[in-house]
Amino acid sequence: MSKKTYRQAINEALRQEMERDERVIIMGEDIAGGLGSPGEQDAWGGPLGVTKGLMPKFGRDRVLDTPITESGFIGAAVGAAATGLRPVAELMFVDFFGVCFDQIFNQAAKFKYMFGGKAVTPVVIRTMYGAGFRAASQHSQCLYPVFTHIPGLKVALPSNPYEAKGLLIQSIRDDDPVIFFEHKAMYDLEGEVPDEPYAIPFGEANVTREGDDATIIAFGRMVNFANDVADKLSKQGISCTVVDPRTTSPLDTETILETAAETGRVVVVDEAHPRCNMATDVAALIAQDAFDKLKAPIKMVTAPHCPVPFSPALEDLYIPGPDKIEAAVRAVVGKAH
Amino acid sequence: MQLSRDDLLQAYRRMRLIREFEDAVHDEFSAGNIPGFVHLYAGEEASAVGFCMHLDERDAIASTHRGHGHCIAKGCDERAMMFEIFGKKDGLCGGKGGSMHIADLSKGMMGANGIVGGGPPLICGAALSAKTLKTGGVAIAFVGDGGSNQGTTFESYNLAKVWNLPAIFVIEDNGYAETTSSSWSVAGSQVDRGKGFGMPAVQVDGSDFFAVWEVAREAIERARGGGGPSLVHVKCMRYYGHFEGDAATYKAPDEVARYKATKDPLMLFRQRVTEAGLLDGQALDAIDREAKARIEQCVAEAKAAPLPTEKDLLTDVYTSPY
Amino acid sequence: MADIQPIVMPKWGLAMQEGMLAAWHVEEGATIAKGQEIADIETSKIANAFESPLSGILRRRVAGEGETLPVGALLGVVADPSVADADLDAFVAGFQERFAAEMAARATEKGPEPETVETAAGRIRFLKLGEGDGTPVVFVHGFGGDLNNWLFNQPPLAEGRVTYAIDLPGHGGSTKEVGSGDVGAMTAAVCAFMDAVGLKKAAFVGHSLGGAISLDLALNHPERVHSATLICPAGLGPEISVEYIDGFMTTSRARKLRPILEMLVADPALVTNEMVEDVLKFKRLDGVEAALNKIASATFAGGRQALQLTDKLGALQVPVQVIWGAQDRIVPASHGQGLPASIKVTLLPDAGHLAHMEKANEVNELIKAFVGD
Repeated sequence: MSKKTYRQAINEALRQEMERDERVIIMGEDIAGGLGSPGEQDAWGGPLGVTKGLMPKFGRDRVLDTPITESGFIGAAVGAAATGLRPVAELMFVDFFGVCFDQIFNQAAKFKYMFGGKAVTPVVIRTMYGAGFRAASQHSQCLYPVFTHIPGLKVALPSNPYEAKGLLIQSIRDDDPVIFFEHKAMYDLEGEVPDEPYAIPFGEANVTREGDDATIIAFGRMVNFANDVADKLSKQGISCTVVDPRTTSPLDTETILETAAETGRVVVVDEAHPRCNMATDVAALIAQDAFDKLKAPIKMVTAPHCPVPFSPALEDLYIPGPDKIEAAVRAVVGKAH
Repeated sequence: MQLSRDDLLQAYRRMRLIREFEDAVHDEFSAGNIPGFVHLYAGEEASAVGFCMHLDERDAIASTHRGHGHCIAKGCDERAMMFEIFGKKDGLCGGKGGSMHIADLSKGMMGANGIVGGGPPLICGAALSAKTLKTGGVAIAFVGDGGSNQGTTFESYNLAKVWNLPAIFVIEDNGYAETTSSSWSVAGSQVDRGKGFGMPAVQVDGSDFFAVWEVAREAIERARGGGGPSLVHVKCMRYYGHFEGDAATYKAPDEVARYKATKDPLMLFRQRVTEAGLLDGQALDAIDREAKARIEQCVAEAKAAPLPTEKDLLTDVYTSPY
Repeated sequence: MADIQPIVMPKWGLAMQEGMLAAWHVEEGATIAKGQEIADIETSKIANAFESPLSGILRRRVAGEGETLPVGALLGVVADPSVADADLDAFVAGFQERFAAEMAARATEKGPEPETVETAAGRIRFLKLGEGDGTPVVFVHGFGGDLNNWLFNQPPLAEGRVTYAIDLPGHGGSTKEVGSGDVGAMTAAVCAFMDAVGLKKAAFVGHSLGGAISLDLALNHPERVHSATLICPAGLGPEISVEYIDGFMTTSRARKLRPILEMLVADPALVTNEMVEDVLKFKRLDGVEAALNKIASATFAGGRQALQLTDKLGALQVPVQVIWGAQDRIVPASHGQGLPASIKVTLLPDAGHLAHMEKANEVNELIKAFVGD
């Protein structure tokens, strides 16, 4: 056990799985870098250095730099998964799903069902998401609700380094296609991560805080905000349960309903746009199945219904940060500041 | 390398089985016995069989929405295919895929595909698997002239070339993407497109099994030997409409009839082998009878077979409990 | 200057490196008494009220609320009213300068950390604490535990002697290969560890399954055993809680594992979220599930203990004591009744199966007295 960043945890998961299973390969744009170029090889190790060092260790046959051709290589990863490899493809920014979505939702997601169960497609698509990098509208979106909508896909949203390593190892070992969302603002986040390989099962939420007054259900990076808010409010006499569902597909509805019922006051925090996102999904679930346990209307804290703005002044307003979460918790428990 | 007598019998048997299969599906669809969309391959048999005769269990193919012929050529069970098209529980895909999604990965058949241009990226993956796992396998994408204009197809040409994959792109140009003529929709030529990506590329007459078989042999041997991808432009004719129910009014009135009379691939095959004394007419007639009987039996059984039930609705979505 | 005293960030437990001063409970200028709760401090593992280590007037609150500081960092300054502000400033400046130098030195020196050694039984992780000529002590944890279970016992026992807390095969950072998985295999692994670190003979302290292993060593390898302290040990009767073992093995959700782990202690409040999380994190490691299954089926399949050593106790050649939590719900304390008179049995009334954690001071005193110098 030692302190590692989110970036190091993901790199370690990839390395250990590639050591364990020769069928695991990784591919993507500049995941090593410098291919065919006169200068440094492994020049980038991915745009934010997540895969750095893997090409020198495993060689270019298992660490495949691709041209900028998302339909081509995401489709190739899907085809390779259906024919014996266990590819981990990197879709640099999830915003680029628009140029390869067919390969994900019409091909990978449906093979098993369309082919009567006689196919496995163990592909992992790692992708960067989220606001906070001043990367503007086409490099900052969440979009995991889109993937969560598709039967056949699994969707993981690790909220810290420990979760990142264990969920990525599970993603690679899983026989279904998994979309693995890495929040770009968390790569330098540090946490205790065991040196040995371990897998965190999908569909089992992590209850990170236990409280009596309100239940905050948060996704991905928002879990950290929710934890901070819960810690702050606990000193002011408001104790919160915080639920990190870990995966949006499968979704641990049991823990969500149980923890919602326990406090009867629910805040759902989702960095995605507000229409048809995880917040609406979870709020609807609770309203449908635990309505009689609610003591106050459910509050949803989400990004607004606009593209992610560029200017720091605007982007900071866009992100559903701790202040908004705190205000929502205070509203559901009826205790103003 | 030459075709043996057994090879010739096998090639004819496969082509005839495809023809009988498609004709039967046409009749059953017309009679209202088959739900959904079906796209028939009749007229293009020499392409699928000419390529797949060179393939074995190491090799993978991806098909199109017009996939029945590729399935039969790659060894899928025609009885289970017929069940599938009828939407029956014991269909090749449990009745969940239907005509447009027939697949059998155990046979290296990666699926008919409802998305035009869906297959080429997939076979880049299958070729990558073969290369990485050193199986000696190759992978073939059958693409229509419509699919040849999709970005996925061009991306796959590029990827196959830069990764030097054992991949082959077979453009089956039956002259029409739905109603639109490939003489209008395809800029430049298919062969030049392939050459533009640095691939060996040739055009071949899709009515001539032997010509197809020969260019297929070259491309497949090159791929197996590490020589990278190739493109083959197969000129052919589809006998039925784009899908069943399409009256094909956009075609010239005598276009199909004239082709059938002069260039039908099964007829040409029969002429070639009998004139050369390689096979006698009786052996071919026997295959015709067997194929007809086999498909009639498949249809009869498919009609009588049970449908899937509610308990099948939610199975096979995921591999692990969800 | 002698009447100026610092209040510094405390060290709670071996692993604590830094803490966050969450809130002050006293204002500058207040008179504080030793033992008074003057602040809240949080670490990654625990949050607690900080009791003042001294009495006097809090002249300065140096650390601000919300600030995270290393252990030993200056939190506040206590001094008489007569001390001039300038002297306080000088004291704080001097302290910070010395502390900065100390931190720089601390960065290069390593605190005690677990090590691993390759043995005939595979890789074994252990924590070595203490030095001196006193009888060495080896701590052996129970099923599903690890060397951290001795958190409250090993440091006090390490005064004047070398102590080792080990991870058994299948546990913690040790190999996940467990051989046959029975007590004999574990005993052999402990001997292999002793060989690997050059330890000829030691006093053993074993808990639960580790108690059975320690007793097995005492019976079969008396030349290596100075004495054995068995805490809530296995091996002295047939029963063991199948509910606990099965629950421990099969539960993967924290909220469901908590009631299982609460069976371990008399006071359920002792089971922290961190403890539950640590168990889950251990169970998720590659190879652990298979290792635990093998050990469980070899040692207590169907809730019956496979190894019964009670009949052999007459042959003991080394001193053995037994300590049991009277409210043990895993291995009943009744197994400690009717043992030969030579074996000293202590029953701790308000403790459960984790008696060494629940009643650490009493257990430590019993071990110290038994092991001697």
